[in-house]
Amino acid sequence: MPEMLTATIFMALLGGLLSLGLATANRRFYVKEDPRIDDVEALLPGANCGTCGQPGCRAFAEAVVQAQATPVQCTVSAPAGVKAIAAYLGVAAGTAVKRVARLACAGGSNVAWNRASYSGSQSCRGAALVSGGGKGCSWACLGMGDCAEVCTFGAITMNQHGLPVVDEEKCTACGDCVAVCPKGLFSIHSVTHQLWVSCKSLAEGDAALAECAVACTACGRCAADAPEGAVVMINNLPVVDYGRGRDLTKEIIQRCPTGSIVWISEQGVVEKGAAAMPVIRQSPLPVVSEAKR
Amino acid sequence: MLGLLNQWRRTFSHGLHPPEHKELTAKRPVVRLPFPEVLYVPLSQHTGAPAKPIVRPGQEVVRGEPIAEADGFVSVPMHAPATGRVRSFEAVPSPRGRLVRAIAIDVYPSSDQAVLYGAPQDIDAMSPAELILAVQESGVVGLGGAAFPTHVKLRVPEGKHIDTIIVNGCECEPYLTTDHRLMLEQPGAVLKGLAIIRKALGAERAIIGIEANKPDAVAALRSVIRPEDGVEVCVVESKYPQGAEKMLIKSLLNREVPAGGLPVEVGAAVFNVATLAQIGELLPIHQGLIERIMTVTGEGIERPGNYLVPLGTPIRDVLRFTGLREGNPRVIFGGPMMGPTIASWDTPVTKGVSGILVLPQAVPENNGSAIPCIKCGACVNACPIHLNPCFLGQLARKRRYDAMDRQYHLLDCFECGCCTYVCPAEIPLVQQFRVAKQIVRERKAQA
Repeated sequence: MPEMLTATIFMALLGGLLSLGLATANRRFYVKEDPRIDDVEALLPGANCGTCGQPGCRAFAEAVVQAQATPVQCTVSAPAGVKAIAAYLGVAAGTAVKRVARLACAGGSNVAWNRASYSGSQSCRGAALVSGGGKGCSWACLGMGDCAEVCTFGAITMNQHGLPVVDEEKCTACGDCVAVCPKGLFSIHSVTHQLWVSCKSLAEGDAALAECAVACTACGRCAADAPEGAVVMINNLPVVDYGRGRDLTKEIIQRCPTGSIVWISEQGVVEKGAAAMPVIRQSPLPVVSEAKR
Repeated sequence: MLGLLNQWRRTFSHGLHPPEHKELTAKRPVVRLPFPEVLYVPLSQHTGAPAKPIVRPGQEVVRGEPIAEADGFVSVPMHAPATGRVRSFEAVPSPRGRLVRAIAIDVYPSSDQAVLYGAPQDIDAMSPAELILAVQESGVVGLGGAAFPTHVKLRVPEGKHIDTIIVNGCECEPYLTTDHRLMLEQPGAVLKGLAIIRKALGAERAIIGIEANKPDAVAALRSVIRPEDGVEVCVVESKYPQGAEKMLIKSLLNREVPAGGLPVEVGAAVFNVATLAQIGELLPIHQGLIERIMTVTGEGIERPGNYLVPLGTPIRDVLRFTGLREGNPRVIFGGPMMGPTIASWDTPVTKGVSGILVLPQAVPENNGSAIPCIKCGACVNACPIHLNPCFLGQLARKRRYDAMDRQYHLLDCFECGCCTYVCPAEIPLVQQFRVAKQIVRERKAQA
């Protein structure tokens, strides 16, 4: 019996001592944290996408509470969510221009030729490693939807011609599609960048047209029609100087023969110029075997 | 009898033995192909920095004349593969699909195409440093397929020593017979090249490793080796990928190259027989690499054989000369296990291309999502560098590339394709690893 008693007393003493230690540690090393951070984090979507520039939603909440960021910088939050955070903290929501991912290719299966049929694993990354994926144009979208698969927000869908279409409402400009595309066709742009070159082909003239009906032929009409320096031809492609805001008008696209330079309206509708050859074909083009070229 | 014993002993673990199909071309001597009308010489035919052109459009060039110079140490010059006139600089497709810059040369049809460039140089009087420079000037790169500049391998890092040179005459890829024919037809050139390399490296031993399925090549080399040369010819088991340098070092020396390391760390250097033969031929006369032997074979070719092809010949011209059977064939550069499929027939032949394989169109491969992994472990038993392809494949599908790299040594995979070959579920494992390796390298470059 006495052994048991000794053990019980010893354990009780030990327990008491250790709990005392824990209690002291809790007092001395307590980190005081603004309780608002938790509340703001709860109001955030929790996507941890990193578009705001912070490592995650928690870090963004901290930054907002410390007034180092404005609520609107979270591009994933719906406007109501942004307002809720601003109201909770009693700060202004801030202003931000919406940014979206844009694709610099219009070569769907109905306009762009294939020189080989690819039958390996259905991923653009994998296809690009096999002789570039079989499309005639080396710069073209391969259409296997790596971008649609990687998009966390379901903002990218593949259309019937195998081209990704970005839903500007859902797009948060997180940049995942930019990183995954093996041809580097996506880039993040402000929605105010309405003049858009939807081609990356460095070929010119007939060489470009031979592979794709909507390719930029590097004719330079857009550069000629734009005010001096607003659009310049570099490496057979027009490059738009978006710093020239008001100089960039719909006039610039009007004489484009293939419709490779377009105007994207605020609603995300793509308009081609008046001189652009209309695309009538809807069904995919056949594969032209190299043996017959 | 002794050969059999050797065969049993000298090998590595894992790997596999696919059908060889070498009988199509193994008995056909090397024949020169006629020159095409236009040659496209890409400036980047090797691993490393692309060469810098030193000719202008409109300039006339003589066969063998330097047309581009090395841009840095890990780079080699290019030489004109034919006498003609430089037409322009053009973008041509490369086997990986990216367009690369090339010098287009209109070949003079009436020229006798004699190599008028170069002058004899005394190899015996040259120091190792001069030899390394001479190898770079000759434009020779690893002709087995990797196209890594040979002179870079000859400069051994401080504190390291290469005691053994291994000559790779395995040719483990099915269908290919270029190295086989070369060993039969020019064993002397191989030995001459070996002597030069050996002097540059100061190596004590030299071993030629040849697969057991080429007894005639073994005999041809043994017949020209004199006792004072101190060169051994070893027969290794016919097994894929015996010709991979890490495997061959294991088979012949029983040394294992550490993960992420180079052969120099175990005191070995591996050179392909074709590389050595070119060094042996070109260095004494101070000329540049302008053509290579390649096997043009497969069921889609009318006249399969081993051909001497000027570098820069578009494969469309090669296929026209060798004849093409009807249909819509599939063209592969190199062997069927590792070779890339070619989409554009405008792709020119480059220094690293050891063959053109033309096969009938295969049935569409499944996309990997249809049949799940059944955890049979066949890939684990096939992987020659003892990775776990099964696990790597699972991680690739979940896009966990960092885990593939850090925990499962993804970057040690050299894409031999054994795992995919044996997989009963037909999961495109090596294809996934290629993508994963590319993404891992991109991430490392960004970080």
